[in-house]
Amino acid sequence: MSVTTADSAGALQTTVRKKPIQARYPGWFILPAAVIYSVLFLAPTVSSLYFSLTRWTLFDSVFIGFENFAQFFREPFLVQGLINTVIYAVVTSGMKVVIGMAFAVLLTSNIVARGYLRSVVFFPVLVSTVGVGITFTVLMHPTQGMINETLALFGIKGPGWLTNPSLALYSVALVDVWKGVGLATVIYIAGLVAIPRDYYEAARIDGATPWQNFWYVTLPLSRPATATVIILSFIGGLRTFDLIWAMTKGGPGFASDTVASVIYKQYQAGFYGLSTAGNVVLFVLIAVLVIPLTMILNRRRGHE
Amino acid sequence: MKKQLPLISGIAAITVSFFVFVIPFLFIIFMAFKDRRQAASRDFSWPEGFHLWENLVEVVTTRNWMMITAFVNSSILTVVSVTLLVVLAAMVGFVLARRDAKWNGPIEFLILAGLMIPPAVVPTIWLLQGLKLFGTLHGMILIEVAYNLPFSIILYRAFIATIPRELDEAAIIDGARPLDVFFRVILPLLWPVTVTNIVVQSVGIFNDFTNPLYYLPGANNATVQLTLYNFQSQFNTAYNLLFTNILLITIPPLLVFLFFNRQIVAGMTAGAVKG
Repeated sequence: MSVTTADSAGALQTTVRKKPIQARYPGWFILPAAVIYSVLFLAPTVSSLYFSLTRWTLFDSVFIGFENFAQFFREPFLVQGLINTVIYAVVTSGMKVVIGMAFAVLLTSNIVARGYLRSVVFFPVLVSTVGVGITFTVLMHPTQGMINETLALFGIKGPGWLTNPSLALYSVALVDVWKGVGLATVIYIAGLVAIPRDYYEAARIDGATPWQNFWYVTLPLSRPATATVIILSFIGGLRTFDLIWAMTKGGPGFASDTVASVIYKQYQAGFYGLSTAGNVVLFVLIAVLVIPLTMILNRRRGHE
Repeated sequence: MKKQLPLISGIAAITVSFFVFVIPFLFIIFMAFKDRRQAASRDFSWPEGFHLWENLVEVVTTRNWMMITAFVNSSILTVVSVTLLVVLAAMVGFVLARRDAKWNGPIEFLILAGLMIPPAVVPTIWLLQGLKLFGTLHGMILIEVAYNLPFSIILYRAFIATIPRELDEAAIIDGARPLDVFFRVILPLLWPVTVTNIVVQSVGIFNDFTNPLYYLPGANNATVQLTLYNFQSQFNTAYNLLFTNILLITIPPLLVFLFFNRQIVAGMTAGAVKG
C-alpha cells in the first residue's frame, strides 16, 4: 500500500519535472483572440498604409504615390481639421486634468453629500455621447437655448455657441469635458486615497497651509493619476468623432472639423483613398504626440 | 466655524452640481413629458399635462417599430460581444501572466497599439465585404470583440498576476490537466474582474455610435444609438419625441449605474494608481 503511493507520487513528480513549466499554460489559448484581432484590426491597419497611396473605389485601386497626403496638407479645410484636432485634444485633456483634480480634492475632503456629488459627476460618463450631444445642441441654441435664456435674465447676451465659427469647436470641447470629467475625477480619487496619510501628518507638524499641502504633497504624489488622465483624454480627444458629429457635423462650414470627421466625410463622398490617408495621418499624429508624452510623464515619475 | 466649513462648502457644491449636472437631465425628462407644441419652445419649464406615454408609444412604433428592432440588435450585439470578449481575454490574460515566453513583449506592444491606434475604417469595410460580413450583426460583433480585446486583456492579466502560481502547481500535482487548471481553478477565481469587464464593456458597446455607423448600415440593422441619429432628421421639430428617445436609451446605462457603480469605477480606474 505504502509502496504504491510512493511509486505513483514519484511517477507523477517525474512527469511534472519532465514537462517544462511553460507547457502547463497552453500557448494556443491566445489563438482565437489573436486571429480576430489580426484579421479585423491589424490587417486593415497595415493595408491602410498601402491604400492611402492610391485612388481607390473598393473594387480597384490606382497607385498615385503621396498625392492624397499632399492634398491633405494643401486643402485649407483639411489642414484646419488637423489643427482643430490638436486644439480639441489639448483643451479637453487640460480642462479634465484641472477640473478633475479639483473635484477629486473636494470629494475626498469631509464635505457633506459626498456620495451624491460623486454619482452626479460620474453619471454622464455612462450616458450615450450622441444623446448628450443632441441635448446640448438644444441647450446651446443662440436664441431659444436654455443657456442663453438664463444669461439673458442677468442681462448678458450669450454668444452663438455652435453657430459662431470661432467658438463652435470650443463649445463642443466644453460638452466633452462635461461628459468626461467624471472619469478623470474617479481616477484622481483613486490616486488621492492611495497617498499615505503620513505625508499629510508630517506636513501638519511642519505647519503647512492647505495650499502648501496641495502643492507639495497632493500634486506630486498623484502624478501617476495625472499621467493616466492626460494620456487617456488626450488619445480620446484626438480620436473624437461622435460628439462633433452629433453637435456640429464639423460646421459651421469646416470650423469644427477634426481629422475623424474628415475621414467620415471623405468616406461618405466616396474618396476612399483620401479617407484612408486621413486615417494614416491620425495614426501618425497620435503616435508622434502620445509616445513622447507618455515617455515624459513616466520619466518624471521615475525621478521621485 | 471650522466645523461648519464642510457644511457650507457642501451646500455650495450641491447647488453648483445641481445646475451643471442635474438640470440637463431634468431638461431631458421634462421634454419627454411635454406635448409637441410645448416642447417646440425648448425652454426649461414644467410640463403641462402628462404626455410621456403617448410620446413613448409614438417613438416605439414609428418607422415600423424600428425602436424594437434596434433594441433587439443592440442587445444581441452587446451580449454576444461581451461574452466572447470575457472568455477570449481571460484566456490570453492567463497565458500572458503565466508564461514567460519571448513573444510576450511583441504581444504587449500590439495590445498597447490597439488602445491607441484608431481603426482604419475603409480598409476594414473592404475586408468585411470580402468576408461577406459587411452590414451583418456577425461582422459587427467580431469588430467590437477585436476593438475591445486590448482593454479586457489588460484587466485580466493584471488580476491573474495577483493569483499565486502555487495554486496552479498544487492543481497539477493533484493531477489536473492544463485545461482544468484554467477552467476549473483559475476561471472561478476571476469572477470580480469578470464582473468589471462585463459592466464596463457592455456600457461601451451599447453606447457605441461610430462603429455601427460605419460597419452596420441600413434601417433593419439599426442599433439604439443610430435610432437617435435617424429620428433627429425625421422629427425635425418634434423635440418631445427626440427627447423621449434620448430618455429611453439612457435607461439601460442608468440601471447599470445603480447596480454596478462600484465595479464600473474599479474597471475604469484600473492601473491609475500603479500607472
